[in-house]
Amino acid sequence: MTQTRLAAADPAGSAAIEVSRLVKVYKKICAVDDISFRIVRGSITGLLGGNGAGKTTTIAMIMGLVLPTSGRIQVLGHPMPQESDAVLGRMNFESPYVDMPMRLTVRQNLTIFGRLYAVENLAERIAGLACDLDLNEFLDRPNGKLSAGQKTRVALAKALINQPELLLLDEPTASLDPDTADWVREHLETYRKTHEATILLASHNMLEVERLCDRVIILKRGRIEDDDSPDGIMARYNRATLEEVFLDVARGRVQAAGDQIEGGQLENNQVGRGREAAS
Amino acid sequence: MNGLALHGGLSVHRIGAMILRYWYLLLSSWPRLLELLYWPVMQVVTWGFLQTYIAQNANFFARAGGTLIGAVILWDILFRGQLGFSISFLEEMWARNLGNLMMSPLKPIEFLISLMVMSLIRLAIGVVPMTLLALFLFHFNFYSLGLPLIAFFCNLIFTSWSVGIFVSGLVLRYGLGAESIVWTLMFALMPLACVYYPVKVLPYWLQYVSWALPPTYVFEGMRALLIDQVFRADLMLSALLINAVLLMTSFAAFLALLNSARRHGSLLGGGE
Repeated sequence: MTQTRLAAADPAGSAAIEVSRLVKVYKKICAVDDISFRIVRGSITGLLGGNGAGKTTTIAMIMGLVLPTSGRIQVLGHPMPQESDAVLGRMNFESPYVDMPMRLTVRQNLTIFGRLYAVENLAERIAGLACDLDLNEFLDRPNGKLSAGQKTRVALAKALINQPELLLLDEPTASLDPDTADWVREHLETYRKTHEATILLASHNMLEVERLCDRVIILKRGRIEDDDSPDGIMARYNRATLEEVFLDVARGRVQAAGDQIEGGQLENNQVGRGREAAS
Repeated sequence: MNGLALHGGLSVHRIGAMILRYWYLLLSSWPRLLELLYWPVMQVVTWGFLQTYIAQNANFFARAGGTLIGAVILWDILFRGQLGFSISFLEEMWARNLGNLMMSPLKPIEFLISLMVMSLIRLAIGVVPMTLLALFLFHFNFYSLGLPLIAFFCNLIFTSWSVGIFVSGLVLRYGLGAESIVWTLMFALMPLACVYYPVKVLPYWLQYVSWALPPTYVFEGMRALLIDQVFRADLMLSALLINAVLLMTSFAAFLALLNSARRHGSLLGGGE
């Protein structure tokens, strides 16, 4: 089923993101260690990994906020950060590491970002987003006076203001109640379908990744530990959920040499299949 | 690129969006507006009374009426110009909004131009009432300096932008731990720029350092105008030349610090 979704999402086989032998070293710490992957247009890909696995650094390098130590990044057909001018207007992001200005109202914030992204018919676009994301009730309230769930919806509205072809999301549902989180996921799925957008999301929420993603890249200590569809990964690790797979990987129950895991045998040549295919 | 794009890819739309952002912010908080007026008013009142007292007791100051208040107002243009620039920049750090801006199509030069415009707006809010107060309380008409005032103003504001651009780059690179530089760096220039006394008061070797700073030329020029009634165009041209070098250097330093911030990942954090 996932294979079909992938094929439908990317009939031409063109890549939204291509990362090749990417390395990021902060002083003596290697945050990202020689990773390569290719993300097809119209897909939703999840970056999984524990704290310090390199998810945020990888996304930040794709956005151009962090410069790689070595390696190559191509976004929407342009090398980053060299040709960032050509792509920044076509992509957007949401991250817990940034906020919207607190003293400005939601409408003012969206107006400013709409102008920065040169959105046409901005008032209509804001009205449309307010409807879609249920912002009307607090559109003229300062951002600082909103609840966590409302702020997340506003951040999502900002991320969608320019109808991006590529959406990068870092923990999009962190600290949200299950109802709001589910609501956000539903909206992301709808947006991908209606706009044929590509979404790359970093998450700790395994259910979210299982539900949303066509493909999962598992990172550990800056390296790609596995790369496949959620179903493929679960089958290979002989686990019923991604959460169990995540725990296997995080707790080192997968050996680099023998690839032994608790409760099942993993075939050595299958680990990192996607990574090899990408490189 | 939108229709209002200028040559070289600068966008009036994006610059306007950033000015609008700071304008909304200014209007959203009356303490912020009040703070813009408070210190300039305190400065002019304090120094105005001091000048009145000195003028009553010393022949020189009686003759050179207005040099103290004039110096206070010009110093405030320099200091508030830099603060106006840097505070708008700091607002982005405090709001953790820098990542949003850096990820948007906004270019560094557009960001800096919007900060320059905001420094002028904030300066006008603070300094215009200050000059009116000097006129009504101490009968010092700042605008009677006439056309030279434009030369003084331009040179001071260019220096304030150079310092503002440089310290903003430092905060960008080193995070809010470097914030104190924003508030204090200009005071390091104060004794060397000879705001309240002529350059010849300084030790001979220090005079070379003093003449490397554009504000020195402005304050010397102001004293020449108020005491000797002579406009020293040569001083203003020298200041303009040094300012051009300073502006280019500070912009290059800002870009280098921005690159360094990208290498070190400080754009994501921005904290201490």
